[in-house]
Amino acid sequence: MTDRGGAAGAHPRAAAPAAGAQMPGPMPCQDGPVSEAQALVQIAGATVRFGAFTALDGVDFRMFPGEVHSLMGENGAGKSTLIKALTGALALDEGTVVIGGSERRFGGPRDAQDAGVSTVYQEVDLLENLSVAENIFLGREPRRWGVIDHRTMRRDAAAVLSGLGLDVDPASPLGRYPLAVQQLVAIARAISTDVRVLVLDEPTSSLDLDEVAELFRVIRELKERGVAILFVSHFLDQVYEMSDRITVLRDGQLVGEYLTTELLRIDLVKKMLGRDVAEIAPREHVVEPEMPADPVLSARGLTRTPGIANADVDIAEGEVLGVAGLLGSGRTELARALTGVDRAHAGIIRIEGQPARLDSPRHAMNLGVVYSSENRRTEGLIGDLSIEDNIVLALQAQQGALHPISAPRRRELALSWIEALGIKPADPDRPVRTLSGGNQQKVMLARLLALSPRVIVLDEPTRGIDVGAKVEIQRLVGELADNGLSVVFISAELEEVLRVGDRVAILREGEVAETVAAASLNPDTLMALVAQPDLPEA
Amino acid sequence: MTAVVTETPEVSTMDRVRTFAARRASVLPTLAAIAILIVLLIGAQVEFGNFLTPRNLSALLLDHAYLLVLAVGMTFVIVTGGIDLSVGSVMAFTGILGAQMLASGIPVWIVVPVMLAGGAAIGTLIGVLVQYFNVQPFIASLAGLFLGRGLAYVVSLSSIRVENPPILWLQQTRFLIGEWYITPTGIIALVVVAAGAIVMAVTRFGRTVYAIGGSEQSARLMGLSVARTKVMVYVISGLCGGLAGLLLTAYSGAGYPRYGIGTELDVIACVVIGGTLLTGGRGYVLGSMVGVFVFATITTIISFMGAEQAWTHIIVGALLLLFIVVQRAIVARSDRQT
Repeated sequence: MTDRGGAAGAHPRAAAPAAGAQMPGPMPCQDGPVSEAQALVQIAGATVRFGAFTALDGVDFRMFPGEVHSLMGENGAGKSTLIKALTGALALDEGTVVIGGSERRFGGPRDAQDAGVSTVYQEVDLLENLSVAENIFLGREPRRWGVIDHRTMRRDAAAVLSGLGLDVDPASPLGRYPLAVQQLVAIARAISTDVRVLVLDEPTSSLDLDEVAELFRVIRELKERGVAILFVSHFLDQVYEMSDRITVLRDGQLVGEYLTTELLRIDLVKKMLGRDVAEIAPREHVVEPEMPADPVLSARGLTRTPGIANADVDIAEGEVLGVAGLLGSGRTELARALTGVDRAHAGIIRIEGQPARLDSPRHAMNLGVVYSSENRRTEGLIGDLSIEDNIVLALQAQQGALHPISAPRRRELALSWIEALGIKPADPDRPVRTLSGGNQQKVMLARLLALSPRVIVLDEPTRGIDVGAKVEIQRLVGELADNGLSVVFISAELEEVLRVGDRVAILREGEVAETVAAASLNPDTLMALVAQPDLPEA
Repeated sequence: MTAVVTETPEVSTMDRVRTFAARRASVLPTLAAIAILIVLLIGAQVEFGNFLTPRNLSALLLDHAYLLVLAVGMTFVIVTGGIDLSVGSVMAFTGILGAQMLASGIPVWIVVPVMLAGGAAIGTLIGVLVQYFNVQPFIASLAGLFLGRGLAYVVSLSSIRVENPPILWLQQTRFLIGEWYITPTGIIALVVVAAGAIVMAVTRFGRTVYAIGGSEQSARLMGLSVARTKVMVYVISGLCGGLAGLLLTAYSGAGYPRYGIGTELDVIACVVIGGTLLTGGRGYVLGSMVGVFVFATITTIISFMGAEQAWTHIIVGALLLLFIVVQRAIVARSDRQT
């Protein structure tokens, strides 16, 4: 928070009093020309709490007409929450939203749309069962004699679509078209209204290069029309290409607002990750480790679009391979492709030199490769079952229902894992949902270890658990590796990756950009690698 | 089938052929139902020689007018992705209630609105349970089923004859067109079908019904009135249940608390055979009408054969299975394209 100087005049807190001063008096006419100095969107002190968790903590945010504004932050920084507050999908617990000079209280997305805020969500949120034209005009269809005028609607839709350079049949069901087209149709929907603020949440994640270029052309046109565009993307290149201004959030708090031209790429990444670095260590210090001679698991050219492209990974016996990368770099996609959760579209995986087809998690399990999801609660543990049930679950599934594990054996297994991993409380009958995050993670580990795996892939095993438990999990991972287990350890926290990993694979935009020895790195040098310092700075 | 698939003038003939096929993808199951209906009718004519007579075909509609009305309401519900199990017992309840009220000398212009309101009230209850109390449609409408049946028994345990002239007029009046004939009950059913088809195709409410079936979350994010629409489809289904009660009472000349046991399943079968996807988002009211005709034709064929009516359900069951498989295949194909 000490580095606001980079864009001193542009910081929202500096502008806040001016905005506050114009609020009490009568509102100026909204339809008049808005001067460049006047913010179109002014969010002040935005706070959103989910139970005890504060997702957004007193954040100020503003947008000017005719600018592209990027909102940056890692997972859980509060980006989505802020977007939802702006688009009416979520109500603020505290704080105000002012658009075009008047304060708004959105009861739902419809209110925000009426105020001129249109949104294109990351997951294309359109209706595949309805026609393209209907998807554009749903809720405000042209009507004649009280009924929908399909003919006019299709004609208007065709006009909007051709304005976007899209050659699609407005009367065909949207589901016929690929995701990229659907994405552009979503944008057509957004801009066919009287749009003043356009929110684009990861609009490019499913588009190829030409489509991205097309989208950018449209964004520039809208910008010239005076639309304020909120652009959220994890592609730094695109952020630097498109945006005039960048607001960075971290842990639900505002880090700062900067002019894109004044914010170096490496500084942006530092602000997102919350690290302050005096200088970037020179490249020579980075040691390229030797590839393990006979890896337990080795992947070549692993590809699954979208997500990862051409990833090469080797893991030796008893080794911890840390995986580091920014949000969207393909961390989880890599884990899922390595463990058969998602089938890779291309590439070869060898286990102890033998080519292996990992078509399902079950298949991978039988070959000794297991996966612990980053979403413990939804993709891992079953909260209402006991610790014991959760631990023996995978083992029982592997053995098949015809070979039940006897009750005494189950108890013995559970108790031995509870002791080995120090699960607290040491009560096998306790429902897992009553455990702390750290202990839930240990139960998850115990379940996988009960399968006697050779390779264990841990995706964000320490996310959302307290510091003490975190250290304990890290220690456990080390011990497991000492006992010959190969571990792939994925984490957004760079220190953790370095502390646990022997080598670190660095992912950039879906590729394993390089693999380096952990001992030759410190968090700053690792961050520099993660953030692609060798690309030209903006 | 509806205005959704009419062609755009500015495309060339070749394009038109191609895009027509693409646009028609969701009509395919309905077309299949029409094909099956035609095969059944021709087959029956070949077999019996006297099947395709105006008299027989008229009866096909008039004997199943109540089923047609229920199918229209059910189509609304299923297209949102819901289900309404209550319609059979709602029909029995409103029927016996109407018969009882008429027997106690209450004038018909009060009785009919009360019957319709009774159906709509149970529908409202189900809709509110589904939308505001987050109860599964299956469970909420099951509660409606028990409630309707229970209320029917409360009104009367035995059949009550209806001798009210305006009610009997609905069934006994025959408008002749050559050898074809239609009764007011048949006209009411066809008007309900037409109204349902128009509402679904060209009103915002109707398109919102499809939107909810496609993705409720998306519909909400698009700013559509999801809550109101979801309650409304159950109200419509309940209202159709009430109207079906009136038609059945007129048709049979009596109210009976055991009418319509299992009818809700026949209705669902007709709707699915007519091409409506049980998971929601796709389907047509006119398709449901075709489904009812398929059901009616099978019933009639079996009575022509003098066979046990149980065969109706076996054949309908087999058809249902076939149609669900066909629909899965179509959905799987369109999913692959994306």
